[in-house]
Amino acid sequence: MLEKTGIPIDDDLKKVIPDKKRLAKGPVVIIECFQKIPCDPCAISCKFGAIKPFKDINDLPQVDFNKCTGCGICISACPGLAIFVIDKNYSEKESLVKLPYEMLPLPEKGKEVYALDRAGKIVSKAKVVRVQKIKNKTNIISISVPKNMAMKVRSIKVEDKNQ
Amino acid sequence: MRETDIAIIGGGPAGLSAAIYAASLGAKITLIDDGLELGGQLIKQTHKFFGSEAQFAGIRGIEIAKKLIQEIERCKNIELITNATVTGYYEDEVITIIQGADGNIMKKLKAQRIIVATGASENMLPFINNDLPGVYGAGAVQTLMNLYGVVPGNNVLMVGAGNIGLIVSYQLLQAGIKVEAIVEALPKIGGYLVHASKIRRLGVPIYTSHSLKEVYGTDWVEKAVISKVNKNFEFIPETEKELEVDTICLAVGLSPLSDLLWQAGCQMKYIVELGGYVALRDDHMKSSLDNIYIAGDVAGIEEASSAMLEGKIAGLNAAVSLGYRVDNFLELNINLRKELKELRANPLSEKVKIGLEKALIKREVD
Repeated sequence: MLEKTGIPIDDDLKKVIPDKKRLAKGPVVIIECFQKIPCDPCAISCKFGAIKPFKDINDLPQVDFNKCTGCGICISACPGLAIFVIDKNYSEKESLVKLPYEMLPLPEKGKEVYALDRAGKIVSKAKVVRVQKIKNKTNIISISVPKNMAMKVRSIKVEDKNQ
Repeated sequence: MRETDIAIIGGGPAGLSAAIYAASLGAKITLIDDGLELGGQLIKQTHKFFGSEAQFAGIRGIEIAKKLIQEIERCKNIELITNATVTGYYEDEVITIIQGADGNIMKKLKAQRIIVATGASENMLPFINNDLPGVYGAGAVQTLMNLYGVVPGNNVLMVGAGNIGLIVSYQLLQAGIKVEAIVEALPKIGGYLVHASKIRRLGVPIYTSHSLKEVYGTDWVEKAVISKVNKNFEFIPETEKELEVDTICLAVGLSPLSDLLWQAGCQMKYIVELGGYVALRDDHMKSSLDNIYIAGDVAGIEEASSAMLEGKIAGLNAAVSLGYRVDNFLELNINLRKELKELRANPLSEKVKIGLEKALIKREVD
């Protein structure tokens, strides 16, 4: 399906999502990279050795979730914009999703945006918790979403005041 | 007449890399490019590249171009002839160059070695009304948007889900332009799936096993009709769908720009896996003629990262063949070839590898 639509399905995702126990501990990376391509910046960017060094440049990323702190440095390093950080413990009712964002305008901290799923469908509203401007221009946006949306939301839509 | 050690034709990733490498060995280089500025397609690439750190992974194409051009400018033994087209190759190893906006400057250059790094041209697609204004090649859309800051249209249908179709769709979205859909005649997305996913999650549908059938409009594109296709790429009746678009962007593959190699008399072969007619070459990127080397898309359609490596190999070997010395020549060659091999060691490169095998001239000694 992924190869036909560009949307990963549950069978793809279950290979890259940490178990419930790890998710319950707090922020952790999810790398939605399912195809062998020559690319290794994620492993090089990780300062904790959580993304294991590649033997072959074409390897798929392998994550040691126990070493991952959810710092998110790999999010902007990934050329494919395929890396997200999820914090299921963000608050009682909400989870935090950190995602890469290369569109303009950037959302504003504290404002509401639309939360989109992997097909680009609006699935809920989200609150912008943090906007990190990154030197390589893959900025990192942290949004809070209802807990049941944490594994669905992978993009945002910002209302452009100029349009 | 002007003379040089190595003439390099084309200032994209392959030609720039070849020039830097050969110049570092001391060869006198003349680099000829038809653009107003060097860099070839790199200067339109706003996305981060894949590959390893040695191949600028994670860096945007436009930044890679800047780095290469800076290096070129530091080399005193590289002469640049820009805004110029090489129009002919003659038996006495002379090439003719037409320069200037009006093409009224003609130069002749005698080069002991020539590295042809001319790249590729975009393929056209036959469909009804494909000459209406609003029908663009993806390269033209990139040039308008990313070089000149001109919006090519408001509502785009992208044809082709290879890497170019996916990347240009993303760039259109970044420019605030609506991408109505991407159609792909093959049953699977051809480009990197991470590119596909990042567009998909911004709401752009990708229709595989679909193609563009016809376009309507009085003075420009007003409507497009897409249709499902079977595995022989024939339209399936009653599956048409109309899309309100004003722009068609074609990203249906590239063909090597090999005219000069034909004219020079290189042994040529049609290799479908490499995108069309290419010159046969040995693993030093030397063609069937001792004085002509090739690198980049003209040698077979691939990525910029492999083009840069091929350029280095061609530059190194062309310079050494002229007597320029480097201590660890054999080791350098082996390492560059190893890097290339690693880049191609993935399922998406299978086709290219089959093609390269068909294009290889086996050398007797190393």
